[in-house]
Amino acid sequence: MAQQKSLTQSNVSGWAFALPGFGLMVAFIILPFFFAIWFSLTNQRLISPNPPSFMGLSNYVDLLSIGTIVLEPERDATGAVIRDNAGDITYPRLRNFTRNNPDYPHLQGMREWFGWQTGPNDELRRVILAKDVVFMRALKNTFTFVIIVAPLQAGLALMLALLINQKLRGINVYRAIYFMPVVISIVVVAFLWRLIYDGNNGLLNNILGALSFGWFEPVDWLGQPSTALGSIIAMSIWQAVGFHMVIWLSGLQTISPTLYEAAELEGSSKWQTFRYVTWPGLRNTAVLILIVITMQAFGLFAQVDVMTNGGPLDSTQTIVFQAIERGYGKQDISGGSAISVILFLIVLSISMIQRYLTRERNT
Amino acid sequence: MNTLSHDNHGLRLFVRYLVLTLIAAIFVFPLVFMVMSSLKPSQQLLIDSGSLRAFLPVGDISLNNYTMAFDRAPVALFVANSLFITGTTVILSLFVCSLAGFSIAILSWRGKAFVLSAILATLTVPFETIAVPLLLMSSKLPWIGMDGLEVGWLNSYRVQIIPFIADGLTIFLFVQYFRDIPSDLVEAARAEGASWSQVYSKVLMPLSGPIIATAAILKFLVMYNQYLWPLMVVQEEGYRPVLVGLQYFFQLNTAWGEIMAYLSMITVPVLVFYLFLQRAFIASIASTGVKG
Amino acid sequence: MKHFKLTTGALLLSTALANSAFAATELAMWYHGAGNEVESAIINQIITDFNNSQSDYTIALESFPQGAYNDAVQAAALAGNLPDIIDVDGPVMPGWAWAGYIAPLPIDEAEFADFLPGTKGIWNGTLYSIGLWDAAVALYARQSTLDELGLRKPTLDAPWTKDEFMAALDAAKASGKYDYALDLGTAWTGEWFPYAFSPFLQSFGGDMIDRASYSTAEGALNGDAALEFGAWWQGLFTGGYAQATQDGADRDTGFNTSKYAFSWNGNWAAIPTLEQVNDVVFLPAPDLGNGSKIGAASWQFGVTTTSKHPDGAAAFIKFATQDKYLAAFSDGIGLIPSTASAAAMTKNYSSGGALEVFYGLSEAQALVRPVTPGYAVVAKVFEKALADIANGADVADTLDAAVDEIDADIAKNNGYSK
Repeated sequence: MAQQKSLTQSNVSGWAFALPGFGLMVAFIILPFFFAIWFSLTNQRLISPNPPSFMGLSNYVDLLSIGTIVLEPERDATGAVIRDNAGDITYPRLRNFTRNNPDYPHLQGMREWFGWQTGPNDELRRVILAKDVVFMRALKNTFTFVIIVAPLQAGLALMLALLINQKLRGINVYRAIYFMPVVISIVVVAFLWRLIYDGNNGLLNNILGALSFGWFEPVDWLGQPSTALGSIIAMSIWQAVGFHMVIWLSGLQTISPTLYEAAELEGSSKWQTFRYVTWPGLRNTAVLILIVITMQAFGLFAQVDVMTNGGPLDSTQTIVFQAIERGYGKQDISGGSAISVILFLIVLSISMIQRYLTRERNT
Repeated sequence: MNTLSHDNHGLRLFVRYLVLTLIAAIFVFPLVFMVMSSLKPSQQLLIDSGSLRAFLPVGDISLNNYTMAFDRAPVALFVANSLFITGTTVILSLFVCSLAGFSIAILSWRGKAFVLSAILATLTVPFETIAVPLLLMSSKLPWIGMDGLEVGWLNSYRVQIIPFIADGLTIFLFVQYFRDIPSDLVEAARAEGASWSQVYSKVLMPLSGPIIATAAILKFLVMYNQYLWPLMVVQEEGYRPVLVGLQYFFQLNTAWGEIMAYLSMITVPVLVFYLFLQRAFIASIASTGVKG
Repeated sequence: MKHFKLTTGALLLSTALANSAFAATELAMWYHGAGNEVESAIINQIITDFNNSQSDYTIALESFPQGAYNDAVQAAALAGNLPDIIDVDGPVMPGWAWAGYIAPLPIDEAEFADFLPGTKGIWNGTLYSIGLWDAAVALYARQSTLDELGLRKPTLDAPWTKDEFMAALDAAKASGKYDYALDLGTAWTGEWFPYAFSPFLQSFGGDMIDRASYSTAEGALNGDAALEFGAWWQGLFTGGYAQATQDGADRDTGFNTSKYAFSWNGNWAAIPTLEQVNDVVFLPAPDLGNGSKIGAASWQFGVTTTSKHPDGAAAFIKFATQDKYLAAFSDGIGLIPSTASAAAMTKNYSSGGALEVFYGLSEAQALVRPVTPGYAVVAKVFEKALADIANGADVADTLDAAVDEIDADIAKNNGYSK
C-alpha cells in the first residue's frame, strides 16, 4: 500500500468523485438520522399539538432499565413451604412488589423477564425484571435470528453457488429459479408463506402429512411460541439465499481458471482445491456477505409485520418491529427513535468488531 | 470449478440434475402456487390451497381475476410508476455510487477514512427511523419546475427517487469489488497518461459487469418494494407505486384470487429484469474474464 | 413516461376548464374507499350531484386504500398538506381534533338530531365529524342450529345471559358438528380487537380506560371486573371454543361452511352471508353481567383546520348527509343508515328488512370507544393484551402491564390536554 500512496494521492479528484454520492447520503440519510437522535432525547410525538420538550435520556432509561428481586416462598403457619397441586412452590405475586409498593420504588412498573431457583433447597426464586420486557424479548429474538441466519444463510448460499458454478447444459435455468424468491417482494413472499404455514389447511402441513403417510400431526407453525420464530427464520433464509448465492458466484468468477488448472496438475482433491484455491479467493466476498447478511438480519421487520405481528406471546418481537410499532403504531416517535439509535449502536459495534477481526487476519 | 469427469458420467450427470431439480422445486413452489391461484375463483383457491391441487391449473380456470383486478385498481399505472421510479433510481445510483466506490477503493485522499466510516455506519440505520425527519425536510425542499421555483417535493416522482440514489450498501459493493482489481491495470493506464476519469470509465467500469449486475438487482428490489415512503409523501393516485396499490385489494371479504393475480402481475417485471441482467452478466464475465 | 405526459395533459385540460367555469372554488377531499368499486361509485355520485347543484364550489376527490389511509393523513398533516375535507374513523377523531387536523364542524348539531348516537363525532362537547352510517356487530347463528341444540333465541329485551351463552357454546361443542363453537374473528388483527371485544369487557363492568377522567386505566382495565373478563376470555381459547390464531380464509367463509356454530361479525358481512345461509339469524350480544354492549362509530366526515373554505366544506357535508345518500350507501355496501327515515328507504333496514335487527342493535346497545386522543395507544395496548391472554399469558400481569403502558402514555402527553 505504502508505495502506491504517492501514485494515487489526489485530494481534489478523491473528493470530487466521492462527493455526489457522499453529499446525497449526508443530505438524505445522515442529516435526518441526526434529527432522529435528537428526537430520541425529547418526547416528540407523531401527532400532537404540544411542542416537544427535552427529556434527556429518559427514553433510553425506560427501554433498558432492569431490576432484580429474590422471592421468598409462601409459608404456612408452621413455616413449611406451601406447594400447589402440581407440587410447585408458590411465591407471592410479583405485582405486590411492582405496583405502588413504597418499599420497592425501584421496581415500580417492572415485569418479570426471566428467573431461576436459588438458595438452600432451591426454595428461593431470583427474578430478573425489566421495565420494558417486550423490548428485551425483541433484543433476544433479534440476536437469535442473526446468530442463526448469518452463518446458515451464508453457508447454504455458498453451497448453492458451488453447485450452480458447474458447466452443465441448462445451468442458467437453475440459477434463475434459485434466484426467483429474491425478486419477489418480501411482503408478497411473507403473505404467501402465511398461507403455506397455516395451521389448519396449510400447504406445508399437507405436504408433510403426505410425505409421512399421515403420520405427521399438523402444526400451527406461526401460532405457537415454540415454532413461530423458527418458521420465520426458515422462510427468511429461503427468500434471501439466492441473492447471496449470486454474490458468491460473482466472487467465484473472479478466481482465475489458471489456478484451478494448476491445482488439477498437482493432483489436489476437490476439498484441497476448495480449501487452498477457492476459499482464499473468496475472502473479500465472504466479508461482504457476512456484513450484508448481518445488517439485513438486524433489520428483520416485514416478515414479522405480515405474518405474526410480534406474537404469539412476543416470540417474534424484533428490534425494528418495536421501533416501528412504537414510532408509528403508538405514535411515539421519540421512543421509536431511541430504539433505532440503540440498534444503530449495536450494529455499529458489531461491524467494528467484524472489521477488526478481518483486518487482523489480512496482515 | 471441476467439470465433467472422463468416466461414468451418465449416472453422475443424472444425480446432478436430480439434486439441482429437487432444490429448484423448493424455491419455486410458492411461486407456482401464486400463479396457479391467480387463475382460480377465490372459493376454489382456498380449498385447493390445502392440497397438491394448489400447484395445478385444475378446476374452474380463467383470467377473470386479472380482469377484475384491472377494474378494481389502475394496475398498469402503478406498475408504470414503479418501473419509472425504480429504473431512474437504479441508473443514477449505479453512476453515483460507482464513482464514490472508485474514489474510495483506488484514490488516496484526506478524509477518506472518515467518509468510508460514515458510509458504512449508514448501513445500520433503518429507513423507518429517518422517515419522519425526511418527510419534514422533503415538504420544504425547493425545486425548479416548469413554473419556476416551487417549494415542497410532495406528490412527485423526484421525492421517490432522489433520496435513494446514494446508499451505503451500493457504494460498499463497488468498493469491495474495485479493491480486488489488480493495481497494475490502474498503474499502467496512469503511466500511459490516462486521467482519473478515464481510468474509471475505460479501465474499471468495463471490468465491472458482475458487480453492476448485482448492485442493479439489489437496488431494483429495494426500490420496487417501496411502501412506507410513497405512502407518506404521495397523496395523488397518479404517483402511487405497486405496493401501495396492493392495499386496494385488501377489503372486507378479501378477494384472494384478485390478490394472487395482482401479485403475479407485479412480479413479472422484476423477473424479466433479472433474466435480462443475467444474460448481460454472463456475457460480461465471458468477455472479460481477466480478473484475479 | 407515458403517464407523466398524460397527467400534464390532464392538468392543462383541467386548468382550461377551471378558467372557463371561473366562479367555482375547488375543494379537495380525501376518502378511504379506493379499491372498493361500489363505494367509489356512490361517493363519486354524491360529488357529481353536489358540483351540479350549485356553482360556488367543486369537490375534487382523492381516494386512498383503507389500509393506508390513516398513515397517509398523518404524514400529510406533518407536512402541512391536508385537503379541505377528510373522512375519519370514529375512535380516531379525538386524536385528530386534539392535534389540530380537524376543526369543529361548522354545522349546527341540531341538524343531526335524528342521527344515531354512534354517527356523531363529539369530543369535549363539540361536534367534529358526522357519519353517513354506523356499523354494528351481532352473533351470527343458524335458526336450525338453535333448534337442534334446543337453545332459546335471544332478543334485544332478553339477550342471553353469560350462563346461557356458555351453555350454547358447550352445546355446540358437544354436538361435534363444528370445528369450533365460536368464530371471534381473531384473524382480523388491528382495530377489530378493541371494536369487537372491548364491549365484552364493558359488559363485565370493566373498560379500557376510566371514562370519568380519561386520565388512567387503573381499576378499569385491571380491576375485578376486568380480571373476571380476562379469565373468561382466556377460557374461550383454553376451553377449545375458539381459535387464538385463525386464518383469514376461515374468517371469511368458516361460518358459511358450518365450520363454526356462531360467528361474532359485523353487519357489513351480513349480505354475503344471507346469500349463502338462508336461515341465518343475527343475535344480540350476550349480557355478561352489566348489560349487552356492542361497539359504535364508523367513518365520518370532517373539515380540516387548514381549509380556507370551511363553509364550502360544510355545505358539501350537509349535502352528503341527505337521507337518499345514507340509503344509497346502505343499499350499496350494507351499512346501517344514520337516520330512521333513511333506514325506511333502504331494502335491508326498512321494516321487515333482512338486516332491520342491526338498526335496533345500534340504537340500543352501541357504546362508542373511549373518546380520547389517547385512543390510538389504548387500542394498540388492548389488542396486544387480548392476543397475549388468548395465547395463555397470565391475566393479571398482562392487564397490569397494559394499564402501566396506557398510563405512561397519558403522562407523556400531559394528560392529553391542550
